[in-house]
Amino acid sequence: MAKARVLIRPKEGILDPQGKAVERALPALGFEGIEHVRVGRMVELEAEDPDRLAELCEKLLANPLIEDYEIERLDGAA
Amino acid sequence: MRWGVLQFPGSCDERDALQACSLLGEARLVWHEERDLVGIDAVVVPGGFSYGDYLRAGAIARFSPAMEAVAEFAEAGGPVLGICNGFQVLCEAGLLRGALLLNESTRFTCRQLELTAVDATSVELSTPEGAKVDNRLLSIPAKHGEGRFWAPDGVLDALEENGQVAYRYAPGQNPNGSARDIAGVRNEAGNVVGLMPHPEHAVDPLTGSTDGLKVFEAVAAAGVPA
Repeated sequence: MAKARVLIRPKEGILDPQGKAVERALPALGFEGIEHVRVGRMVELEAEDPDRLAELCEKLLANPLIEDYEIERLDGAA
Repeated sequence: MRWGVLQFPGSCDERDALQACSLLGEARLVWHEERDLVGIDAVVVPGGFSYGDYLRAGAIARFSPAMEAVAEFAEAGGPVLGICNGFQVLCEAGLLRGALLLNESTRFTCRQLELTAVDATSVELSTPEGAKVDNRLLSIPAKHGEGRFWAPDGVLDALEENGQVAYRYAPGQNPNGSARDIAGVRNEAGNVVGLMPHPEHAVDPLTGSTDGLKVFEAVAAAGVPA
């Protein structure tokens, strides 16, 4: 089984209210100078056939209309 | 008219939808594992939190056997109405264009609001007293956390040009930051309609408005029964 991690984030240019809410909360906690916060999702999985991960992302893990995704192989393969 | 109302694990508005449909004809629930829509003239994909809304609202429901049947039904011209979570499911399934994102406020919203039915065939009606009544203005509740309609500008332009914007929030009443105040859209053929507000909660004078019935009637009239 190949271990992989899929990172999913809102596409550039789409308002991310979660990211904004986090960003707005930071100064009150003493974290100044942090901007452009975007909140996404991370999915870890093990796949028998890692060549199908992109298809899996397109069909289910991400909505390609609104989200970008990145597949990181954790077993050293490219 | 025989209505089928889908029921997923996590649906919560299917009973109200069933009640609304039964005011207009016969109605029954269709469990998500059912594949057979024989004898059904119109389908409602109801609101709720199908499959827990895990991953994204509607993302998992679109793969259910019942939704595969609905996709074929829609392709054949059958009328389909998606409400709230049902709208999200139809978008995820690619039966409608666009996506529903987290409300701009990050808050769940629940309130009665006014919608305009965008329909070239709608006309202003006159009351017996001669007053003009805009038949297109509907009072319907909305309740959702992820109802911000979004699509790329080119898609929004196309939806508007093709007359595929079905409902807009009345000026100043957009509860979620939806693009161009869009509350509901239809597919190109016009037989598949989705909207975030809940017409099934506005079918009895007891709850303040019966305008929701017009939404069901419009969908029933738009589709060719399969």
